[in-house]
Amino acid sequence: MNAMNWLVVYPEALLLLMACAVALVDLFVTDEKRRPTFWLAQLSLAAVAAMHLAYYDGGATVYGMQRMMVSDPMGHLLAFFATVAVMITIAYAQPYIASRDMLKGEFFSLSMFVLLGICVMCSANNFLVVYLGLELMSLSLYALVAMRRDHGVSTEAAMKYFVLGALASGFLLYGLSMMYGATRSLEINEVFNAIGTGRINGTVLTFGVVFVVAGLAFKLGVVPFHMWVPDVYQGAPTAVTLLIGGAPKLAAFAITVRLLVEGMLGLAVDWQQMMIVLAIASLVIGNLAAIAQTNLKRMLAYSTISQMGFMLLGMTAGVVSGNTLSAGNAYSSAMFYVVTYVITTLGTFGLIMFLARTGFESEEITDLAGLGKRAPWLAGIMTVFMFSLAGVPPMVGFYAKLAILQALITTNLTGYIVLAVVAVMLSLVGAFYYLRIVKVMYFDEPLAGNATHPVQSTGVSALLAVNGAAVLVFGLMPGGLMAMCRDAILRALAT
Amino acid sequence: MGFGLLSISIWLPIAFGAVLLATGRDDNPNASRWVALVGAVLSFVVTIPLITGFDNGSAALQFSENLLWIERFNVRYHLGVDGISVWFVLLTAFINIIVVIAAWEVITERVAQYMGAFLILSGLMVGVFCAADGLLFYVFFEATLIPMYIIIGIWGGPRRVYAAFKFFLYTLAGSLLMLLALIFLYYKSGGSFDIATWHKLPLPMPAQALLFFAFFAAFSVKVPMWPVHTWLPDAHVEAPTGGSVVLAAIMLKLGAYGFLRFSMPIAPDASREYAWFIIALSLIAVVYIGLVALVQQDMKKLVAYSSIAHMGFVTLGFFIFNELGVSGGLVQMISHGFVSGAMFLSIGVLYDRVHSREISSYGGVVNTMPKFAAFALFFTMANCGLPGTGGFVGEWMVILGTVSFNFWLAAIAATALIFGAAYSLWMYKRVYFGEVTNHHVRELSDLNAREFGIMAVLAIATLWMGVYPKPFTDVMHVSVTELLKHVALTKLQ
Repeated sequence: MNAMNWLVVYPEALLLLMACAVALVDLFVTDEKRRPTFWLAQLSLAAVAAMHLAYYDGGATVYGMQRMMVSDPMGHLLAFFATVAVMITIAYAQPYIASRDMLKGEFFSLSMFVLLGICVMCSANNFLVVYLGLELMSLSLYALVAMRRDHGVSTEAAMKYFVLGALASGFLLYGLSMMYGATRSLEINEVFNAIGTGRINGTVLTFGVVFVVAGLAFKLGVVPFHMWVPDVYQGAPTAVTLLIGGAPKLAAFAITVRLLVEGMLGLAVDWQQMMIVLAIASLVIGNLAAIAQTNLKRMLAYSTISQMGFMLLGMTAGVVSGNTLSAGNAYSSAMFYVVTYVITTLGTFGLIMFLARTGFESEEITDLAGLGKRAPWLAGIMTVFMFSLAGVPPMVGFYAKLAILQALITTNLTGYIVLAVVAVMLSLVGAFYYLRIVKVMYFDEPLAGNATHPVQSTGVSALLAVNGAAVLVFGLMPGGLMAMCRDAILRALAT
Repeated sequence: MGFGLLSISIWLPIAFGAVLLATGRDDNPNASRWVALVGAVLSFVVTIPLITGFDNGSAALQFSENLLWIERFNVRYHLGVDGISVWFVLLTAFINIIVVIAAWEVITERVAQYMGAFLILSGLMVGVFCAADGLLFYVFFEATLIPMYIIIGIWGGPRRVYAAFKFFLYTLAGSLLMLLALIFLYYKSGGSFDIATWHKLPLPMPAQALLFFAFFAAFSVKVPMWPVHTWLPDAHVEAPTGGSVVLAAIMLKLGAYGFLRFSMPIAPDASREYAWFIIALSLIAVVYIGLVALVQQDMKKLVAYSSIAHMGFVTLGFFIFNELGVSGGLVQMISHGFVSGAMFLSIGVLYDRVHSREISSYGGVVNTMPKFAAFALFFTMANCGLPGTGGFVGEWMVILGTVSFNFWLAAIAATALIFGAAYSLWMYKRVYFGEVTNHHVRELSDLNAREFGIMAVLAIATLWMGVYPKPFTDVMHVSVTELLKHVALTKLQ
């Protein structure tokens, strides 16, 4: 039972090895575009993704590293998506940062360390391992945000991210230590069992849960722990914004499930109440503040806040009237929401990077003016993303919202139904600013300054087209992905 | 049961539209036009077997296709048409051809995108009428917003952005409540999105009332009913001619169709309980909006208000629960499709030449465009319900049905014929008769062959419906009787 079982951590081991190898190999690369480093990183990531997928297919739940790590379908599925997300991020980012003289080998190795942190979180079975993964991811991200050293806004964003991030990690650690104090265990399953006995001091547990939820809320970027999101999204180089806005959301979801569901389901009544407040506050503030933005990245940051709020609604419907019958439905809906959100976000920021060129960031909403005339394909793809984020069928974002609303309504409690009504009305507000992007692209005339985009990379534009097609195809055929999420969550709950 | 006629009717225009969007280039608009025309005609041709092969004696869904679509929520790709919906499939495909031809020389910018958007829109609307699964219906219903939003926004008038947003957000607000209602039914029926299952599902009164008003929110905005009609005049005025035609001829019908498919059979007790509410709103639409139409200065706005008044007849006919009323409402929907489409096309003909929609910019058009004036007179007469035109049959049936329900309601509704005649004929007089008032009118050239062709086709259709409506009512008869039988039964337990 306490075996090392190295097999469990093969993907992580490979990733660690290759991250170091990429850092070393890069020293000998003279190519300005760092092509060898890029391809080595992509190949390694592809191998990692393939391993995760194979493990997910295996479907078994195996503990390893003396029960520090768990290999289950949920962890591997999330890690698989995170790996793919990082691959896509790097692909979008490479021409962008190369044209800004920021391309160093560190970008690749740090991105891989971010992913390593994410993978560790996805398969953590111990409080300290969760924390370890979280710090590994966060520290790498802090460094990446500050990559544009001589840029004031960037540096400010990095400082803000670091200080607030450290505070949030402190919250989480403090909460976890309280849980440890109360249950005498760091292992997630044992904490679950200990809480289940009902003989633990309730006050300490509640305190612990409050701090854990606050720490998680920061990582998810939901109100009132959202202050860093707009500044970091805007300040970081777009490539790094994408890295922050993509894969880490999967990790944040993973540790939310690991800690709150697998560890503290017994306290669901407490944390669900907090989540409802967080979710509603995020939907209100995210959607309303997004309307007022003129900076595209900032608007998308507020949109992220509201989207994460919507996702959290799914997490609140797991334990209803004291039973967990609806847990699988609720959490798998939330998981589907996160996965589809990440797919859409990748494309959105990828497109912003694609439109940027040397000395011009294409960050303002007005920079998109007349895109429908200048570049109909790009405008079309962006339209797909915007309608998906707004939750209009047949884009995949609609099914994500459908799944969450369905989870709320099938509880058959008036409170949850009211919650669903509030959520849809606020997403109506959200539709306004997504529509505004479409309006700017199609209904406005191009401004004098922003002619056609000169950075041409057929690889990236093909990838963008695939990304847009994915949002549409998953919208027409969402069944498979939904089934995968459901399957993964049900297995995670079964243990 | 795999892919069949209905799938082809839905996906063929969408496929043509997608091809146009992907390959259409601005330097070769003629190619786009011909591809669009071929697509539209083919899409119409494939719907013809639906009516020729339709079994009038059955109320069941015909030509049905049923495949599992989303396993997780037991959503099925379930299509089928009955007597209520089959004509609308044809009407949609038919109007699409008209729209493509009407845009032929008028739209010169981004032709491929314009044509593509209309073809996709047409396929999606056919999907709404064919869907036998609640979620599938919702997906088609909502997806229609995207092309329409873009059509109004790109090719519309000066206030097009405002109109496009208003259109989108109004409709979305209503539909989102309907989405919650659909999910609630999914839960109540034990995990099914099948509309037929929902029809049989017993529901207590509070649940029925909630569902009824959630559906009401979605469909009343779409119809539109007073007082949530305000998006329609804006959308109509700003939309390009083709957009107005599709809006009036088909899109408004999606809402009325929803009442028949969802509200009445799923919540029959609530429908009967709150019928007074719908009837009251319908009468307000008929009378008050009729009066509002009278004072309009803008021709498109006038026709838009007249559409609202006509749709008031439709909802009135539905909620008096007798066969004359419901069939009358359906006939009115189809004939209004032809007539309002033709009205907007007539305005488009004038607008293309003079670039004004103000009634006061015209006068004496009959002197310079005699052929056009004759068509316009015919459609204006149809719009105010002259016997012998399609406009008469539906209104007459609804009024007859209402008389058997309550004489005084019928009396109020009948005033609409007076108001309708007043605003239609007054507009006609001011635009077409009298002396030639300005040089714009003096320089007008009469209809070209293309315009003459579409006007003639629509005139024949309107006349056919007025003189011999039997093919339409025969197809509906069994389905409508079944529906009314079903609505008369209580679902309370």
